[in-house]
Amino acid sequence: MGAIPLNKRLVPPTGEDRIAAEFQIPYRQYLDASASLVAEPPEFARNPGIMISLYRAMTLSRIFDAKAIALQRTGQLGTYPSSAGQEAIGVGYASAMQAVDAMTTTYREQPAQLWRGVTLVELLRFWGGDERGSDFSVPREDFPVAVPIASQAPHAVGIATAFKLRREPRVAVCALGDGASSKGDFYESINLAGVWQLPVVFIVINNGWAISLPREKQTATETLAQKAIAGGIPGIQIDGNDIIAAHQVCSEAITRARSGGGATVVEAVTYRMGDHTTADDASRYRREELVSAAWKLDPLARLRNYLANRQWWSKTDEEQLIAECREKVEAAVAEYMKLPPPSPADMFDYLFETLPPALQWQRKQFTGG
Amino acid sequence: MSEVSMLGAINMAMARALEDDPRVVLLGEDIGVNGGVFRATDGLQDRFGEDRVMDTPLAETVLAGMSVGLAAQGFRPVTEFQFMGFIYPGLDQVINHVGRLRNRTRGRLSCPLVFRAPTGAGIHAPEHHSESTEALFAHIPGIRVVIPSSPSRAYGLLLSAIHDPDPVMFFEPTRLYRASKEEVEDSGEGLPLDVCFTLREGSDVTIVTWGACVKETLSAATQLAGEGISAEVIDLATISPIDFDSILASVEKTGRLVIVHEAPRNCGVGAEIAARVAERGLLFLQAPVERVTAPDAVVPLLRLEKTYMPGEKQIVDAARRVVRYA
Repeated sequence: MGAIPLNKRLVPPTGEDRIAAEFQIPYRQYLDASASLVAEPPEFARNPGIMISLYRAMTLSRIFDAKAIALQRTGQLGTYPSSAGQEAIGVGYASAMQAVDAMTTTYREQPAQLWRGVTLVELLRFWGGDERGSDFSVPREDFPVAVPIASQAPHAVGIATAFKLRREPRVAVCALGDGASSKGDFYESINLAGVWQLPVVFIVINNGWAISLPREKQTATETLAQKAIAGGIPGIQIDGNDIIAAHQVCSEAITRARSGGGATVVEAVTYRMGDHTTADDASRYRREELVSAAWKLDPLARLRNYLANRQWWSKTDEEQLIAECREKVEAAVAEYMKLPPPSPADMFDYLFETLPPALQWQRKQFTGG
Repeated sequence: MSEVSMLGAINMAMARALEDDPRVVLLGEDIGVNGGVFRATDGLQDRFGEDRVMDTPLAETVLAGMSVGLAAQGFRPVTEFQFMGFIYPGLDQVINHVGRLRNRTRGRLSCPLVFRAPTGAGIHAPEHHSESTEALFAHIPGIRVVIPSSPSRAYGLLLSAIHDPDPVMFFEPTRLYRASKEEVEDSGEGLPLDVCFTLREGSDVTIVTWGACVKETLSAATQLAGEGISAEVIDLATISPIDFDSILASVEKTGRLVIVHEAPRNCGVGAEIAARVAERGLLFLQAPVERVTAPDAVVPLLRLEKTYMPGEKQIVDAARRVVRYA
């Protein structure tokens, strides 16, 4: 089913028509798949310290991810969604945020969560089936991951409204997937963000797949970024595996939002390297060639080559980093394993600030009291 | 003190909350200049400004979801849905986020909001404007469901709902909006949530009801008194969680229970009350529990709405049956 370009599907203007509105969707890429610069990069890309810190975060996330899958396979973690392949956009937008900003997100955003300060142990706790994993010690105002698709988009709008009402220079960032861009929640949210000119940025992480549904069956639009136009806000598409584009474009959008310029949709084109979750088997619907082709676009290898090409990163640096990340992950796993299980009373003790008297007997029943 | 209708009392409670608590904001469709489709927010935008009383686009999903974001940020959103029949796009938010944000973050974030929606039939409204689906909401953990039945209880319960640190669904019976007026003092004092109100004491039969049906039930009780039947009328007020201890104490006293609700019978809140009496108070009963409810049918358009809604006669008949049983 080949899509006919939108221009060919549009109602052709007749002699009497004038063009009521016209739109364009830009595309940004600095670093191509071979790690060559295809455009003049922003200043930070010339800074080894910054680029190495982004690389370290992406690597930690990748190593954590592999460990999490292994833990699930051995019955030590619940169902888990791999974030492999999406590290550049995750670290890209998270590093463009300030600590005072707030994030609402879909699952699969461990790279961004880690950058925001969510700990490895908290991630393990959450995916290990313990609500205490969403009691983040650092980004206290970030929302826990939203599993119902796109339901976090309205939350970001509400948070952004709060920032605007209090006249605080803060930004709400909402991360969601390509599937989410089909949902009403998303459209209602970009619409309100547009009309109220809210400080919110929607990062549409287009990883090509909504479980088994490929991007081309999700929507007839050429880009997901152009959906922004329906909300009266700018949309831009980027190479989501290019950390420079990811950090730069998200920074621009967040800065614009912070200074009162309103909302943006950033579509980051990336690829879901793994199964939807550990409960999924992507070989049922996805040809292996697609995955091996996508590995050639790997954001981690791309950034590593960029660093190595500039003599900022050696084989020894790489070996040290991997050892260090493994050590961190193993330490987190050890701590996670030692955690006592939640108490049955916890089912009741966080339902309300004070459990209504009418529910006390049930608490007793379930806690053996 | 002034005489106000239930609408006036609701308006007064929101004005009081806006006045007393800078965290309170009102959100909804047509609530600003227009004052809401029922005029519940009449004059409030003029008085408190567009930052406190916000007209939103016509989009109930984002209306519900943005309220969650605002509440998590420390605001106290009071969000109007124009009719209960139009709150359903927000139901995803209510179930998946409103009722569980505190729980799923172990108290790090909370959701102190109020969703207001008019409920019930009897005002000759078009299709979808006459719903009584409170049982849908009563099934959801982590939220309260409150339905007032008089101007003073509307004022007090709404204020408490707004002050409460947790989410409250506040459903307002349209049939009572302008039905009567009473003296309501704008005291800023709330009425307790989680408890029912005994509106009339009696010894022969307990009649539990809520919302608009309170009106017919009180008339029925007066009629029954003329026949020598002493009915105790309990207004449930907080539909979830149910103050069951008070109901049980009343049933222990009267030995008979009639439950009256405008919602359909199947899995209605009446079923829960009856089941709990069966669990904990079966031996108090001198007669089977009776339920007077709407049928398990779609709310009809206005020509049949009177037939659909429980009326005084059915309540009187049910009470007579349980009192004269065996």
